[in-house]
Amino acid sequence: MIRLDDTSGGAVAAAIAAERHRNGSPATGMVLTLLIMSDEEFESDATAGAVAAAREHPMRIVTLIPRPSRQAPRLDAEIAVGGDDGPGEVAVMRLRGELAEHANSVAIPLLLTDTPVVAYWPSSAPDVPADDPIGRHAQRRITDTSTADDISGELQRRKVGYRPGDTDLAWTRLTPWRSALASVMDQGDPRVSAVTISAEPDNPSAVLLQAWLATALRVPVDLIASRGPGITAVVMSTAEGEISIERPSGDTATLRRPGTAESRIAMPRRDIAGLLSEELRRLDPDDVYGNVLAHLALP
Amino acid sequence: MGSSHADQHRNPLRDPLDQRLPRVAGPCGVVLFGVTGDLSRKKVMPAIYDLANRGLLPPGFALVGFARRDWADEDFAQLVHDNVREHSRTPFREEVWDQLSQGIRFVEGDLGDPTAYARLKATVDELDATRGTGGNHAFYLSIPPGLFPVVLQQLQASGLAQSDPGSWRRVVIEKPFGHDLASAEDLNRIVGQVFDSGSVFRIDHYLGKETVQNILAVRFANTMYEPLWNSNYVDNVQITMAEDIGIGGRASYYDGIGAARDVIQNHLLQLLALTAMEEPLSFSADDVRIEKEKVLRAIRVPRDISRHTSRGQYAHGWQGGIPVLGYLEEEGISPGSTTETFAAMRLDVDNRRWAGVPFYLRTGKRLGRRVTEVAVVFKRAPHLPFAETAVQELSQNAFVFRIQPDEGITVRFGSKVPDTTSIQVRDVTMDFQYGDSFVDTSPEAYERLILDVLLGDPPLFPRHEEVELGWRILDPVLDYWAAHGAPEQYASGGWGPGSSYEMIARDGRVWRRP
Repeated sequence: MIRLDDTSGGAVAAAIAAERHRNGSPATGMVLTLLIMSDEEFESDATAGAVAAAREHPMRIVTLIPRPSRQAPRLDAEIAVGGDDGPGEVAVMRLRGELAEHANSVAIPLLLTDTPVVAYWPSSAPDVPADDPIGRHAQRRITDTSTADDISGELQRRKVGYRPGDTDLAWTRLTPWRSALASVMDQGDPRVSAVTISAEPDNPSAVLLQAWLATALRVPVDLIASRGPGITAVVMSTAEGEISIERPSGDTATLRRPGTAESRIAMPRRDIAGLLSEELRRLDPDDVYGNVLAHLALP
Repeated sequence: MGSSHADQHRNPLRDPLDQRLPRVAGPCGVVLFGVTGDLSRKKVMPAIYDLANRGLLPPGFALVGFARRDWADEDFAQLVHDNVREHSRTPFREEVWDQLSQGIRFVEGDLGDPTAYARLKATVDELDATRGTGGNHAFYLSIPPGLFPVVLQQLQASGLAQSDPGSWRRVVIEKPFGHDLASAEDLNRIVGQVFDSGSVFRIDHYLGKETVQNILAVRFANTMYEPLWNSNYVDNVQITMAEDIGIGGRASYYDGIGAARDVIQNHLLQLLALTAMEEPLSFSADDVRIEKEKVLRAIRVPRDISRHTSRGQYAHGWQGGIPVLGYLEEEGISPGSTTETFAAMRLDVDNRRWAGVPFYLRTGKRLGRRVTEVAVVFKRAPHLPFAETAVQELSQNAFVFRIQPDEGITVRFGSKVPDTTSIQVRDVTMDFQYGDSFVDTSPEAYERLILDVLLGDPPLFPRHEEVELGWRILDPVLDYWAAHGAPEQYASGGWGPGSSYEMIARDGRVWRRP
């Protein structure tokens, strides 16, 4: 880590280039720029997750932390390039004073030439991410409703503010569940008549799963509270009886289906690095997510 | 084809727009022949575990070992366990292993003994009933090809090779796919009598590598390369697969086979085909195969084999600072062996696109470093408006697919040397490198290929036509070599025998240092 106090966006970009040169590899080969807008609480998990994901997607990570206050505007930065942490470039910047309102001006000189930009808000995302000054640079905008205080209010904002290219880590977290459910249905249509999901209260992933199953299967899908962690069970009532996937521990799920021996499915909860890696694999709009948001039944 | 589980009914949870859901194999099992071989232990078993760990195997997946050993299920499970612990790519998780081990069975018996196959059939039926494998089984023959006929005949006689409607039986075979055209045709005939061609999966692990698939992506998804990809601009193409190791413990496999059969016949010719082929109509297995076959058919072997090929055997010496044995001193190798450990040859592709562009293929063991690459070397600019001294250090532009290690792409071109009194142009390179991942991706080629077998997805597997075309190209060279004594000795740790340099120098060209 190199510290640059009281600096500017352009100076940070120059320092990254200089550091890369000093390490002996002037070419960057980065495939995208990831802009992270975060507060202090979520910053380090978000940045560390992105650094780990950069092993799969070599990228420039620009973390912007607004620190509004009455003091004079000032930019402090820490940068790291390549090395043991992986191939990415990282700039973590604190925007003090009035500068907190002008994060975009810091981001612009740091965007890599002609490669995709992804924006990520680990918490408190704008109402319409696509219209946000930072979000406007990005073709893919990642939010995380699970960090909100009011989950259904936050899902409502995501639904209203959705533009193609938006996505949410609460949706990403569902992929293993959705995959397991889809492969159950690969084995012949069991004619599902109803579904019950058990999950921790206020789990946005469970609400999205409910909407996804209801739209895809066109059957009633109930959501009931459990002790968690996260989603703990999905039970489908079918013509052949109950098919259930239960994951009480948050690590391994058990699949029960009439007429077959019960079996276990590894379904560990993933960290930010794993989620971001999945997110960055595709940068085109996630229409399925958009459709699920549109069908969210919110109070 | 069409036996994939997915197309029997439309799954409402699988939306074609939904790109996140991985393809998970349907209900199925694998029957492994040759359980103690290197490949089984170090590649197949770990890959199966890694697939399970990534959630890509069906919950009731079964793995049956078949061998002439007095083992119980637990003994085989222990063998799998130990090799998974040692060689798997993803972290070991007890619950994944528990799940997998419930589906592990062992059948003891001789490869030629009908009663053993009756027991195998009973085991497979039992798995269908208790684990829900649905009658879908892949027979993975990790055994010497000489044993294929007996195993295939037994699979047929016992009824194991026949599938019921709605289920499948597949067979997986590993290279070498024969040792010349005649034996390859024999092998294909034997396999073809038991399994239809869509159910035969030939594993060439090279074709499972991301970078190999990227050759097609780079060529056909971009505008800027394809216009140059022809004899107007390309001077020659050099395809290299070098290993820094010797034959290690593979003496019994390697001796009598040699570098050309082991590597050129399959890997290098496949790389050549992908580099030289025309644009396929689509990326479907059949369309890609048609184009690969066309280019393989157009390949011409040099008329004078002595002048345009080279072979060698590594001699004892030093490699990277370590003293190493020569091939003839390796354990298990006869001192009179004429098996080559280095092979190089010029091939020409007789079509409009490539007329006059030689393709140089080389492979060897105990070379300078481990590297596989395809280098497309361009012609010099037709006119250089510089003083001769200015461009003395400029060679030819090159576009290189680095297959391993450091998978990626290198472009070599001329650039001005800064701050010289008169203008000076020198070669520089530009690199693109895929990130290597700690997270979920970068699967081993074997994971990809085994999953594709279970999904019934054939694009990455060579068909028997391609295999036979490969032998058609190689046979005359092998025959010539067989009639002309021992290969030339070459120093370990370098880039092969002198004849290899002479061979390319005859054409007025030089090998790239990879």
